Amino acid sequence: MARIDLVELAHSYKPNPRSEADYALQPMTMTWRQGGAYALLGPSGCGKTTLLNIISGLVVPSHGSVHFDDKDVTRLPTERRNIAQVFQFPVIYDTMSVFDNLAFPLRNRGMARPAVEARVREIAHLLDLGSDLGRRARGLGADAKQKVSLGRGLVRADVAAVLFDEPLTVIDPALKWELRSKLKALHRRLDITMIYVTHDQTEALTFADTVVVMHDGGIVQSGRPDELFDRPEHTFVGHFIGSPGMNVMPAEVSGGTARVDGHPIELAGRFDRLPTGARIEIGVRPEYTRLAGAGQGVPVKVERIDDLGRIRFARIRLGALRLAAFVPPGVAPEGDAAGVVFDPAQIHVYADSRRVG
Amino acid sequence: MVKPLDNKAWWLVLPVFLLVAFNAIVPMMTVVNYSVQDTFGNNQFFWNGVGWYTELLDPSTELGGRFYDSLGRNALFSSIILAIEIPLGILVALCMPKKGWPVAFTLVVLALPLLVPWNVVGTIWQIFARTDIGLLGHTLFGLGIDYNYTQDVFSAWATVIAMDVWHWTSLVALLCYAGLKSIPDAFYQAAKIDGAGRWAVFRTIELPKMGRVLLIAVLLRFMDSFMIYTEPFVVTGGGPGNSTTVLSIDLVKIALGQFDLGKAAAMSIVYYLIILVVCWVYYTVMTQVDDEKRS
Repeated sequence: MARIDLVELAHSYKPNPRSEADYALQPMTMTWRQGGAYALLGPSGCGKTTLLNIISGLVVPSHGSVHFDDKDVTRLPTERRNIAQVFQFPVIYDTMSVFDNLAFPLRNRGMARPAVEARVREIAHLLDLGSDLGRRARGLGADAKQKVSLGRGLVRADVAAVLFDEPLTVIDPALKWELRSKLKALHRRLDITMIYVTHDQTEALTFADTVVVMHDGGIVQSGRPDELFDRPEHTFVGHFIGSPGMNVMPAEVSGGTARVDGHPIELAGRFDRLPTGARIEIGVRPEYTRLAGAGQGVPVKVERIDDLGRIRFARIRLGALRLAAFVPPGVAPEGDAAGVVFDPAQIHVYADSRRVG
Repeated sequence: MVKPLDNKAWWLVLPVFLLVAFNAIVPMMTVVNYSVQDTFGNNQFFWNGVGWYTELLDPSTELGGRFYDSLGRNALFSSIILAIEIPLGILVALCMPKKGWPVAFTLVVLALPLLVPWNVVGTIWQIFARTDIGLLGHTLFGLGIDYNYTQDVFSAWATVIAMDVWHWTSLVALLCYAGLKSIPDAFYQAAKIDGAGRWAVFRTIELPKMGRVLLIAVLLRFMDSFMIYTEPFVVTGGGPGNSTTVLSIDLVKIALGQFDLGKAAAMSIVYYLIILVVCWVYYTVMTQVDDEKRS
């Protein structure tokens, strides 16, 4: 149980980093509060696993420090820093039974027998492994093996945090949903900090109360799922969260009006002091981009309409820009000419990809 | 869907069958043929039935006594070889570098002994161990150790064993190294997280993951050491006395020295069956144990 602080942390796998590109992790300072359920979300290769390995101590950062409750653990080896980690692929000890696998981390730390027995049974019960305790771990299926790995991560009660590195990759989809809910329930019950790495937004949004989005080795936004959706701080967050992703359009913004491809679009506020020389874009989610009949709003061309069952999204072109727009019930464009109306309150202005105002 | 079923595909096996028949089955049957006959030369043969076999397997006869003595020496030799080479090979594999240029370097150095032909290994060691001009022999002698492989039984055995260890431990090490390399990093990381010590990592991760290759390593080293011929032949010639006369050396003495083709043939067959049966039993038992562990 601990608060985890990352102070001016950065990491490069190269011995003499020169440019920004040499860093796997850009400088960051951040706090993970005790008992939080975090998701670390980002595409492959964005530095998620590096960050996780730094927290668990498998990697020593080249810059900055890691603190558990004000104690500097930056150079402390993994086994001495009270942390649990579950990996992408199941790691089980072949020759041991499921019980021994779960008991292994406790026994290595010299826990008394009755306490080990009680704790292992409790965790096995929570993960529905109770009936498999006597079986050899190597005979289990991939799903059950990963459950054993999860169990080994959760079995120690005193850990500062449990880190999950895309733990449900090998699990089949139906069980994935169930295990994720189970993890969430375990989080409430055990009151431990959990950091869950994933590149799947659904997984992140359903598991976590705080989602941390990473891009190119840096943290671009951290917040509640609804904050990420409604106020993306970075165009990358807009693209990465939501399906389809946010419409981002190069624009000229002056005062309360943006011009995209020559068409004026009203904004909710005034933007009089935008940084000069910056690349200005406006972003609006497809959910707030409404398709309308020709002649209304900004004229666009409809390329196709995707019917997702309960909602429909139109793929449209505004000049050379490809956008997505919500198609309200009853609207059925004829031909390819149509218009779009943007909800002014939901239009964000970005300067060099970062949100302004 | 109806699949036409016939056995025509068996004809495709024919070329292989002919090849194997030509170079293995027919020569083998010749040996079987000799083993049930006796000859007094002049290419005249007499039917002897299982006579050679009963004589061979009866320890009270001269032939039987020789056979069991040699067999005992073979068993002892193979046991010592396995007891040294398997743990040593594992140890070497564990100490080998995991990345960078030292990997290639170590692999090449380790593979070198495997490239030396058997009789050359024998010759190298025969000279190496001589007390007058050999580096090893001379050094040992100089240290005041009573070492002489041509006269002392213990020295002779030690030399032959050291030679085999020098020649073949690399094979075990390379096989184990391949097994170790196949263990994903996550296992070592998980062991760190779980607070496992070095010994626990070896016992719970490395050894189980090397199980398969160790099975093969033991099998190969058993067969090879049980059939050893060239090295003791070159170094000790089976001596001093008969102390390093293993089955293969005895076999050659009987077949080519005494020209007792019947006895030698019977001995060959029994020798062959022993290796076949031991390997089969070992492999079957080990894979079954493995399967039981799985279920």
